Formats: sequence, C-alpha cells, structure tokens
Amino acid sequence: MHEPLIQIQNLTKAFGDRVILDQASLDIHRHKITAIIGKSGVGKSVLVKHIIGLIQPDSGDIIFDGKAYSQITAREFSAIKDRCSYMFQHNALFDSLTVFENIALPLREKYRLPKKEIIDRVQTRIEQLELDEVAHLYPKNISGGMQKRVALARALITNPEIIFFDEPTTGLDPIRKKTVFSMIHRYHEKFNFTAVIITHDIPDIFYIAHTVNIIDHGKIIFSGSPVALDQSDNPELFVYTHGHEMLVDDLTKLLNRIALRQKITTWSTEKSTPMHMVSVEMKGLRKLVDFKGHLLGHVFIKNFAKFLQDKLSADVCAGLFSQEVLVLVAKNKDKEWITTTQEQLTDFFTTPGIQQFCQANHLCVQIRGLVGSANTDPLLALKQRLTSRQCV
Amino acid sequence: MKKIFALPIFLGELSLGVLKSTGQWGVFSLSALANAVYLRTLWQKILYNIYFIGFKSLNIIVLVAFFTGMVLGLQGHYTLIKFSAEGMLGVAVALSLVRELGPVLTAIMLIGRAGSSISAEIGIMRISEQIDALETMNINPIRYLVTPKVIAGFICFPLLTAIFDCVGILGGYFASTLLSSRSGIFFSKVQSSLMVEDVTGGFIKSFVFAFIVMTISCYCGYYTHQNRDSAGAQGVSNSTTSAVVQSCVYVLIADYIITSFLM
Repeated sequence: MHEPLIQIQNLTKAFGDRVILDQASLDIHRHKITAIIGKSGVGKSVLVKHIIGLIQPDSGDIIFDGKAYSQITAREFSAIKDRCSYMFQHNALFDSLTVFENIALPLREKYRLPKKEIIDRVQTRIEQLELDEVAHLYPKNISGGMQKRVALARALITNPEIIFFDEPTTGLDPIRKKTVFSMIHRYHEKFNFTAVIITHDIPDIFYIAHTVNIIDHGKIIFSGSPVALDQSDNPELFVYTHGHEMLVDDLTKLLNRIALRQKITTWSTEKSTPMHMVSVEMKGLRKLVDFKGHLLGHVFIKNFAKFLQDKLSADVCAGLFSQEVLVLVAKNKDKEWITTTQEQLTDFFTTPGIQQFCQANHLCVQIRGLVGSANTDPLLALKQRLTSRQCV
Repeated sequence: MKKIFALPIFLGELSLGVLKSTGQWGVFSLSALANAVYLRTLWQKILYNIYFIGFKSLNIIVLVAFFTGMVLGLQGHYTLIKFSAEGMLGVAVALSLVRELGPVLTAIMLIGRAGSSISAEIGIMRISEQIDALETMNINPIRYLVTPKVIAGFICFPLLTAIFDCVGILGGYFASTLLSSRSGIFFSKVQSSLMVEDVTGGFIKSFVFAFIVMTISCYCGYYTHQNRDSAGAQGVSNSTTSAVVQSCVYVLIADYIITSFLM
C-alpha cells in the first residue's frame, strides 16, 4: 500500500485530569474512505480536530503528506487547511446567513470567485442535495435533517481533497442516512477525495468504508478492513460489529455467539465433570428473517427464550451458536439431563401454536444431544455434530 | 500551614490570570488592527457594522444627548445664578460636553447598545462552533468578525460623539431659553470660548474609547469558551456582562489618563 496521506503518531491529549487520547496512532490513506467508530465521548472528534488544527496535542505528531505538523510553518499549515473541509457534528451553520449564503460562504470569503460562478456552483449543490425549497430560509427555520444536508453541501462546495465528516448522519431518518452514505460514496467515486468519517452507524458504514478504526480508552484498538473486523473473534470488537445482536441478546437473555463460545471454553478448562450439550437447530429461520423480516424471527426466538428461562441455572446456560442454532450447555449434570431436556424441548415445539407457526413458516427443528467427554474439545465436538446429519 | 499560604497563592493566581488575559487581549487587539490591511475585502462588512453600531444607535444617542444638555443647562443655571454669571451657561455646557461628557456618555451608550450585542453575537458563534467552522474553512475569524467591527467603531464613535456634542448643546440652549430671557448670549459664548483643542481632545478620547469598547466586547465573546465558571448560554451571558463592565471601567480609567495628558 502507498504511504498514508495522514499519519497520526502517538497523539496524547488531556482536558484537565481527563485523558482523552492516549498515544493514539492512525493512518489515513489517500483517496480512501476511512471510518472512525467508537462509543460516545471517547475522543473521535478530538482526534480529527487535531488534524485541522482546531486542537493542539499535548504530545505526539501528525504527518500530513510527508510534512510533520511540529516542523511546518503557518503558511504551510494554511495550505494544508485549504485542501481540507470539515463537516461538524452539530452542523455549525451560520444562523444569521440563509442556506444559500451558508453554502456560498467559503467561495465568497476564500476564493472570491465572480458572483455568477458562485451562484452557479451553489445552485448545483443545492439541487444535488434537494435544498431548492429552503435556499432562501435561515437554518433555524429548517429541519435538523435539512441542516445536515446544508452542512454537507458547504463541506463539498470547494471540491476539497480531504473531507472530514463528523457524524454526518446523526439526527437523520433511516432513509436520509442511507442517502447520505450513498452520496458520500458516489461523490467519492466521482471526485476521488479522501474521506474520514466519524460515525455510530454500524453496520451501514462498513459498506462504504475501506478502512475502519475503532477508538476506545484513548487508543486505536482496531485498524483494518470492515471484512477483517467482521470476521474478528475478539470479544472487545464484537460490540462494534454486532451491536444490534447485543440488543437482541439483552432482550432474550441468551448468550451471544462469542459469549457462548467463551462460556464453553471456560467450563471445559475447569476439568469438572464433562459438559453435556443439547442443540436446537431451527432450519429455515434465516430464510424466515430474510423473507418475512427480522422482527418475526426475533419474536419467535424471544418466545423460545422465555420458555428456556426456567431451564437455566448456574450450571446450565443457553446461547445462539449461529443464527439458526441454539445450544444449551450443562456442566455437573449427568446424561439424564440430555434426555429430560430433549423431551421438554420436544414438548415445546409440539404445542399447537408453535407447531402451527413452524409449519406455516417452513421451520424444521432438529434437537440433538451431545454427551461430553473429558478428552474432546467441546466446541469442536459441537461443530462436528452440527455438520453431521445424525439426529439423536 | 496551607491556610498561611492560601492568600499569597490566591493573589499569585489572580495576578497570573490578569497578566494572561491582558496579554491575550493585547495580541487579539493587535491582530484585529493588523488585519485592517485587508480593508479592500472588508468594506461591505464595515458598512454593515457602521449601520449596526452607528446608525442604529443614533436615536438613543440623540435622546440621551438632548436630555444631558438640558440637565447641564438646568444645573449650570442653578449654580451660575448664585454668582450672577448665568451668561456663562453656554460655555459651561459646551465645554463639559465637548471635553468630557460627549465622548464618555457616547462610549457608555454604545457599550450598552452595541458592545453587549457584539459580545453576545460572537459568544454564541463560539459556543455553536461557527468560529471553528470559519477556521476549518481557512477563513481568519478575527479578520472576518472582529476587524470590521473595530474599524466601524473608529468611524462611528467620533461621529456619534460629534452628534452628541451638538445635540447636547442644543439641549442646553433649550433649557436656557426656558429659564432665562437672555438666551441669545448662549451661542455667542459657546463660539467665543470653545477652542479647536477642546474638540480635538474630545475626538482623541472617542478614538481611544472606540478601540477599548470594540476590542473588549469582541474579546469577551471570542474567548467565551475559556470561561472557567460557566459554559453554554450562561457562559455567553457572563461574557456579555463582563464585556459591559470591563468596557465601562476601562473607558473611565482611559478618560482620566487622557484628560491628565490633555490638560
């Protein structure tokens, strides 16, 4: 890969006693879309504001196109700023100027273009962002979403080389969110600018970003492609990649994929009595979600989880091994537990309402028991059992 | 032991704070003046600020000037009549207004009318990141926001002071006509006693006051975010109050210093 356009090296910044950035390092590559994600208040905006000089670091340096900020002159830094544009989280629109004047401001003040050219360029952006009807209004008289689009138009008006988007979709409705991301993607394709996007919109950002950086506790804890992030088994990153699943898990009280695997691994190292497992494979659940909606699938799982709550104890846990497989794991239990659990689960799935639902939605449920043994890896055994066709 | 050092520590921190803010204000003011070299690109903003600071303050200045002149006329007549010198009323009113009250009262009226408004406007721009937005666009916020206001202040303060003086003298004349039948002597005494130095002195004051009021008002708004005791809307409120109080205090201090030099 080419040398990064911007290199942030060991940046440290504290406000009073509160350390926001702690030796944070990050590379931003030319003509790529770089996403910075993280929880609220972890310093995403602070990190980016260092690049455009709104905040000075306590220590560390930024190298922009081979030039270190610590060594460049004010004139050189001004030239760097001319290449950048910044879209603020809260828009930072000039409330005493109309929408048109807000968008035209950088052209009027910085480039001093002829009046006609300014009008033409602003009008083009206004049309592209569907702001025709509000061009003569003041920012306070338009909706939050429209204000966002005005800020976006202002950031794009100078055709900058690098654009920093500070939460560009916050406050927008889901349709507009997608429009903004696809617009950033489209403009990126067209103008080939370098984009840095600070966002909370997971997983939408993964579809347009080339690199994803996760910031936590003042450090960059992950930097890589969205695919690498998605495939990572690091439990620290799971919350960022499967945040929506975490919410479902909270509602159903079932362990998520990573937590279940961790639990099985932890229990298997305790060397107590062998672990026994019962898996419930619900074939067709994925199709149900795909064709009839996520919510219907969730309602089914929630009802099933409610039934399972009585079966869980300190020695028994349940979780989703994959989207279609739910596993009950028990330690310190005998083989009788498998038989009893299987019978109880069969009773549940043969109750008239559930059976009717499964038939209507082409759900095929297979319940399998796995007797644990001290010498085998329980995770491996579970995977083998699930891939085999043998039913217990 | 800590209590013994509490007072010196407090005084030390206070002194450092005052020195820091004075230095910051100095750099800020010099930067605003230095940016006046871009006059060609700022004229539209300067015109708007002349309209806002000067023209929109005109009615209040005329009103205050007229009644100040009348009060001076009344008080002067009351005092001078004791010495049978009521013919000197025009001199008393004109000199008081041109040398002292005209520049000072104009400045104080403009602090209330324009200074507070400027401070609040810039303060709100600061807390809503509008000033940061200017910086990211590589537009110098001091040149864009402060310099036009300071230049407009340099134009408006002397002009409004001149209007204040004239209207004030008219007010004094009006009061004298109500009190005495010898009011015709009023203007002849004004003409014979008022020197060019008196008018020049008044204008020098108004220039200095313009610099003080405009830079302090802009400075307090511009650095609203550095206010340690408050933030947000309360921070803007405190900055505005601070701008008004500091401007008034420094105008009166500067008035004394300039007067002592001009005497």
